[in-house]
Amino acid sequence: MNLFKLSYSYLRRRALNSLLNILLLSFGIATIVVLLLFSYQLEENLYSNAEGVDAVVGAKGSPIQLILSGIFHIDSPTGNIDLDEAKTLIRNPMVESAIPLALGDNYRGHRIVGTTKAYPDRYGSEIAEGVFWHRPFDVVLGADVAELEGLSIGDTIQSSHGFAEEGMTHQDSDMTVVGILDDTGTVLDRLILTSVETMWGIHAPHSTTDQHEGNDHDHAGEAESDITETSYLSEEHSGEQITALLVSYRNPLAAAQFPRFVNERTSMQAAAPAIEITRLLNLLGVGLDAIRVFAYVLILASVLGIFIALLNSMKERKYDLAIMRSLGGTRLKLFANVLLEGLMISLAGGLLGIALGHLAVELIGQSFAEARQFAVTGFVLIPGEGWIIALAAGIGLLSSVVPAIQAYNTDIAYTLSKT
Amino acid sequence: MISLQNCVHSYNRETVVNLPDIQLESGGNLLVTGLSGSGKSTLLHILAGILNPTQGAYQINGTDVLSLSESGRDRFRGTHIGIVYQQMHLIQSLTVADNIRIARYMAGLKGDQQRVKDVCKTLDIGNKLNSYPDELSQGQKQRVAIARAVVNDPVLLLADEPTSSLDDLRSENVISLLKESAAISGASLIVSTHDSRVKKHFENVLDLEGTEQNGVAV
Repeated sequence: MNLFKLSYSYLRRRALNSLLNILLLSFGIATIVVLLLFSYQLEENLYSNAEGVDAVVGAKGSPIQLILSGIFHIDSPTGNIDLDEAKTLIRNPMVESAIPLALGDNYRGHRIVGTTKAYPDRYGSEIAEGVFWHRPFDVVLGADVAELEGLSIGDTIQSSHGFAEEGMTHQDSDMTVVGILDDTGTVLDRLILTSVETMWGIHAPHSTTDQHEGNDHDHAGEAESDITETSYLSEEHSGEQITALLVSYRNPLAAAQFPRFVNERTSMQAAAPAIEITRLLNLLGVGLDAIRVFAYVLILASVLGIFIALLNSMKERKYDLAIMRSLGGTRLKLFANVLLEGLMISLAGGLLGIALGHLAVELIGQSFAEARQFAVTGFVLIPGEGWIIALAAGIGLLSSVVPAIQAYNTDIAYTLSKT
Repeated sequence: MISLQNCVHSYNRETVVNLPDIQLESGGNLLVTGLSGSGKSTLLHILAGILNPTQGAYQINGTDVLSLSESGRDRFRGTHIGIVYQQMHLIQSLTVADNIRIARYMAGLKGDQQRVKDVCKTLDIGNKLNSYPDELSQGQKQRVAIARAVVNDPVLLLADEPTSSLDDLRSENVISLLKESAAISGASLIVSTHDSRVKKHFENVLDLEGTEQNGVAV
């Protein structure tokens, strides 16, 4: 016999009620856990995808949209910018490096990104299979794309215009898979990469000398002009357009000067991912706060539930308490007994809630494509969860302290003479 | 040796109870009789150490019970005094065995499985250890209540109206169980009752009916 066993016996005595209170609390806790896990991973994912990019330069418009389309590939781009104007920025002394992005096509919903090798390099991605592109119409697949579509080296794909699966297909623009990237856990995994020249090729007005003759994927017309890191900058592409530039600065001072320069002196805009992500999370925060309030209402209800259950049980067991005192139990022992009951319910609710929350996040992460893009998983522990256990313990103490004081104040002689 | 001297308890200005002196040798038996309102309950609660008289002296084997601190008295009561209540007040959420174990736990004694089993066996409830109180007959419950009162080997065994709701046969059984159990533990036994059937089993009877109480020494 010990205090734990005694408290447990009372909980078991009113098992249904205890179970209901545990469930009620666990739903509240689970909601909090889902919010914590989700926003934590979302935030981490957003910032890590944007790491190393000081500014995204694109057409004027919404800066958030530019960041979303340029870094996360989840919104339409703001438009295109002239390559000739972009070149002036690439050569700007404040710019350490600039990675071009040419967007606008997709293959079965996976975005095709015209860029240079610097783009996968930025994510530390390596070729897992095959080689990197060196000719127009060579493409390299992100790991998820290859797996989902069952594509392998040597397969050909046809791009569709736009970002939706239903877009018009460029019938005569067969592209050849030459490589597959390793799994990085970033946005890269769900992209199809190719050279900027490929994108221009797809959208070029077709001359009578068709570059892509039948099923011959040799693209003979451009065979001699091998693609390099800087080949897209050559004079022959003058007048072409790209969608965005991912810029990193040469020194921190540029953070203040470069965006102002771009926004005031050119027809383009520069948006800083760090600022826009923070803005985005603040906007999202309002919605999350609403859910959080709902969770706290659930938790408050469970505090009341535990409190009322314990208070009622104090009435039923006033003789038990008097007997325990008469058997030699001190006031403190009875106090601890009731407190422990509240703690046991709330800790059970807390642990169940954490388990449910993780399960829910894992299910959400697997079920929704939008969540999959952010690699959300339930199988991580985050530092905030220690606080949840503390919160649960606090709930148990809060809801049981008044009944425990009642137990503490049991008057043995009075109670037992009332029979 | 149980010794109660010059005790007076006043619940308020009007209700003042003068209590008789009691001297009881170790192992002795005493029956306290009287109608309800005669101060029986007050006397028993004072003897049990759950009520402090307004004035007087109370000693058990030389320990001045009234000078102990509240928690000290709780512990002393747990280890030295066993009480059988009229309503048995078994804890419904615990098994028979746990109802008896809790007496050891609350008194701050080590759990002693063998002692619990032995006591139950002596009281013929050895096969009910894992039953819950609501599965027991009235007689079995009474035995559990007695087992709980004697499991800590008390110096003083108190019983409050143990026979009031029982028929003649059961009433005799309970009294002999109480006497046997007290004898096994070497405890003094004090039974309070208004049940006249019990009188013939006790040599020493303290009747609280008379207004002038001279007390009893046995």
